[in-house]
Amino acid sequence: MKMTERIEAYLRGEMTAEEKTAFEELRASDPVLDQEVVVHKPFLETLHEFGEKKRLLSEMNAIHEQLDVAAIREEVIPKSTIIRTLWTKYRMNAAVAASVAVVAVFATLLTTGYFAKTNSIASGYNALRREMSKEVDRKIQRSKNELMKDINAGSARKGPAAPSTYTGTGFALTASGYIVTNNHVIDGADSIYIQDKNGNSYKAKKVYGHPQYDIAVLQVVDLNFSPLRSLPYTFKKQSSRLGENVFTLGYPREDVVLGTGYVSSNTGYKGDTVQYQIDISVNGGNSGSPLLDNKGNVIGIISGKQDNADGASFAVKSKYLLEVLEDLPEEVRSGISSNKKSSLAGLSRADQIEKIQDYVFVVKVY
Amino acid sequence: MSNEIKRSVPTDSEVILGILNGSKDVLEKIYKAHFPMILQLVVMNSGTEDDAKDVFQESIIVLYDKVKGGNFELNSKLKTFIYSVCRRLWLKRLSQMSRNSGNIRDYEDIIPVEHDLEKHEERDLQFKQMEASLHRLGEPCKTIIEDFYINSKSMQEICAKFGYTNADNAKNQKYKCLQRLKKLFFQV
Repeated sequence: MKMTERIEAYLRGEMTAEEKTAFEELRASDPVLDQEVVVHKPFLETLHEFGEKKRLLSEMNAIHEQLDVAAIREEVIPKSTIIRTLWTKYRMNAAVAASVAVVAVFATLLTTGYFAKTNSIASGYNALRREMSKEVDRKIQRSKNELMKDINAGSARKGPAAPSTYTGTGFALTASGYIVTNNHVIDGADSIYIQDKNGNSYKAKKVYGHPQYDIAVLQVVDLNFSPLRSLPYTFKKQSSRLGENVFTLGYPREDVVLGTGYVSSNTGYKGDTVQYQIDISVNGGNSGSPLLDNKGNVIGIISGKQDNADGASFAVKSKYLLEVLEDLPEEVRSGISSNKKSSLAGLSRADQIEKIQDYVFVVKVY
Repeated sequence: MSNEIKRSVPTDSEVILGILNGSKDVLEKIYKAHFPMILQLVVMNSGTEDDAKDVFQESIIVLYDKVKGGNFELNSKLKTFIYSVCRRLWLKRLSQMSRNSGNIRDYEDIIPVEHDLEKHEERDLQFKQMEASLHRLGEPCKTIIEDFYINSKSMQEICAKFGYTNADNAKNQKYKCLQRLKKLFFQV
């Protein structure tokens, strides 16, 4: 105990010079004492500093008590702190979640083919122009072959070689080269070609378009085009009656295809009075096909069908075609009115078709 | 983003002198001048007011140790030093709570303070040991030791306070207490 006091006195420097010398000598000769001093010194320091720290803390706590923390808080923290801290904390997570959601949505839409059906209007109405992108490969192959054939034959090829973006059907309005088709077929077209059943293409241009009635009139501008013989069919002014047998010729593929059916309703999609509903099978590419009755009168233009219903195709009534002729050149009107009588009446269906074929064209849109 | 904090700030040399002299006034001044800055830092980085208080007080202790250790070179503003220490301490706490990936929103310049904090942590560990040892020592030993070694009271005062008949008895008691404390402290 005495020794501890001496050590402490030594460490605190309270010893007199003599005492100090004596102590240091003792320390030098006694390693145990020396060890004790070495240990005791930092221990006392730690103890002392510990006390200092506690004192400082208590002083600071006293100061802290005086502070108006709420007021300081008001001053330094912006009002919308909670939202903002939440935002800073979670914005990365939110960003990741949002991108995952976006990717998922688009992936789903893509895989389910949502984007492929851009031409279906709202719910079930499906305009029947044919999109060629899926058939491009085949078409390229085909045009290559044709090209080869042409080279071999040594003749210049007519019309463009590249495959078209969309195709539809059109039919002659006059013998002089006016063709009628659906407006949606040639909508947004860069250039338009028509192709007859023999595969000859002719350049055409749009002269008239009526989006509401979905009627468009083209004029063949190609110099190679030779006028047709007079039209075998006429255009019916009156509405057709329900149950009347009808048929159509169109190009849902490269070759002309016949479809037969009957008028099943006097109104079209969602009660559209411009159209008939026809029970007939038609497909993409049939848009713009003529719809004829047994006597060879054109009673309408095939324009679309309902996706989610069987046997519900739609055709624009010929009445409206005649109505829009008012806006067309005199040449067209006279061309039509000169043709009073259908030469198809009384012929068999096969004969009728043979005659009509020359007047039905593929409309190719680029 | 940061609201400018306008307050009377004591000059840095004034503060250092005050710390060396143990001036309460200076402590109060630093506290009032810099606490808002730390409150802002901590609260804006998902802490509470109490967190801010703890962190700030710890940084002041680091500052005191550094100044009293005599090796304090003022190569940055005192404010920057305190801010840097607090930032470091708060980041550490956040990572302990695993609530942060190491990024916090800053309001002031920072300087590297890792070295100071290493020393501080070492000492802090010792302090914790000391506190535990003192706690286990129990009364009246704890008070005697604290009075004599920390509050630097004389043996006579302690004698009177605890009602020992003479100073030798008190000394004897103090000696026993110290031996026990040392044992506890080094044992841990």
